[in-house]
Amino acid sequence: MTTAPVVHHEMSRQEGDNPVVVFEHVSIGFEGKAILKDISFAVHPGETRMLLGPAGGGKSVLLKLVDGLIRPDEGRIFVFGKEVSSMPERELLQLRASIGMVFQEGALFDSLTVGDNVAYRLIESHVSQDEIDKRVLEALRFVELEQTVAKFPSQLSGGMRRRVAIARAIIGKPDLLLYDSPTGGLDPITSTNIIELVMKQRDVYHTSSLLITHRLQDAFTLATNQFNQETNHMEPIEGKGGDLNTSFLILNNGNLVFDGSTHELVTSDDPFIQDYLR
Amino acid sequence: MPINAIDNAAKRGVLSIQEYAVLSARAIGGLFRKPRYLGDIFTQADIIGVGSLPIVVLTGFFTGGVLALQSASSLEQFGATAITGQLVSLSMIKELGPVLTSLMVSGRNASGMASELGSMMVTEQIDAMRALGTDPMKKLVGPRVIATIIMLFFLTILSDTVGTMGGAFVAVFMLGQDGSQYFHTAYQTLQYPDIFQGLVKPLFFGFIISTIGCFYGMTTRGGTQGVGRSTTQAVVVSSVLIIAVDFVISRFMIGLFGR
Repeated sequence: MTTAPVVHHEMSRQEGDNPVVVFEHVSIGFEGKAILKDISFAVHPGETRMLLGPAGGGKSVLLKLVDGLIRPDEGRIFVFGKEVSSMPERELLQLRASIGMVFQEGALFDSLTVGDNVAYRLIESHVSQDEIDKRVLEALRFVELEQTVAKFPSQLSGGMRRRVAIARAIIGKPDLLLYDSPTGGLDPITSTNIIELVMKQRDVYHTSSLLITHRLQDAFTLATNQFNQETNHMEPIEGKGGDLNTSFLILNNGNLVFDGSTHELVTSDDPFIQDYLR
Repeated sequence: MPINAIDNAAKRGVLSIQEYAVLSARAIGGLFRKPRYLGDIFTQADIIGVGSLPIVVLTGFFTGGVLALQSASSLEQFGATAITGQLVSLSMIKELGPVLTSLMVSGRNASGMASELGSMMVTEQIDAMRALGTDPMKKLVGPRVIATIIMLFFLTILSDTVGTMGGAFVAVFMLGQDGSQYFHTAYQTLQYPDIFQGLVKPLFFGFIISTIGCFYGMTTRGGTQGVGRSTTQAVVVSSVLIIAVDFVISRFMIGLFGR
């Protein structure tokens, strides 16, 4: 297995920390149409990178590439230093034990209860029933849905399904979390609740993450707020820089047009970015 | 350009065959690797086997009945109605039992597999399963293939039995034939190659039904419309393949055993 090279990234961080995710000149297309073109970036430990861009720009494809669910046409992808772009499926299945993924519509198994959905990874790993019960309750308590353990996904609202999906993604205590539009199609209040959960995971467990969102408001809420464990709510970060471990990637027409911090984003003089943020 | 359309259709066809071969090979290969999903095999056996019992029993009974009815009316012209049982049992065990049972199971289960897996595909549940570290080929496809092959084998035996009984019912109660003569000729005419032929076929047909159903399910694209399309294609393709493969196996068996 090839070892990941350390890609330079303009963020303050400890020296010597190896990136969790590295994209090296990655391109992919479907049916002759290029979806991602020569994409290179890195996600470092404890970092939250928000992926913005117009719909149909290849954001979900990028996230699936990170998890090895699809393979690139060109370029290399490293996750935890291992090249996933050429890894056999059997090894990928093992690697995914360290990755949690929240799908666009939750993708809960509709034939299983909420409890079994959340416990799925543990059941497949033959963890003892006592341990499963304890961890399912812990994960559902994190998303404040412990009362839904015996319900089926069809009995839940859209926002509740996303929260269950987050519980399912974090139950294995992953080192990397991938969120595919966790607030897509939800009302503003529910969206803020979901963003608060993402923030809680970021600030309490310091899990590296990649998050797609179409809502700029959610992205800036995440970048400019922090989770207060005492009040169990988010609060604004003092100063202009926002959260130093939260930064942005912007995709447009398959090209990575921005890779930088919140401050760099809001002060960018790129016409597309200015237009996009307006 | 028409030539481009033909070219693309040919490429899509070859690609589908390749994908089907890969799916089948991975499903078979998965049987020899851990983890093994015994619970899922029993669940699928219940859905496919026990769930198909009513249609298989009804189809078998009425097929046997109509065979007796038609054979007797033709045989009457030659004064040979005594061999009605022989015709019914041979036709049921060698051909109609395996083929009709498979077509019934295909209509019920190939469509069920394609729609269930197709729905899981379009709602990203298959991707979620992979993301959670489970191989869908082993968890979803493998148990369906094993369960269909095993259950179709037993369903065929049941269909053969019920079909012969249906023929007996018609022969005795509607045509006034002698019951013991019917069963005697039905039994006497059978030889091991006939039974072997009739029991080998469901193994192939079970494989066709499950792999085609799973293949169309796992390659579903395009939302709910795509699920509908996959379901229809799974039933059509598996039914045609069953009849085509039946011809090939019959020819091979006749070549091998001479009957």
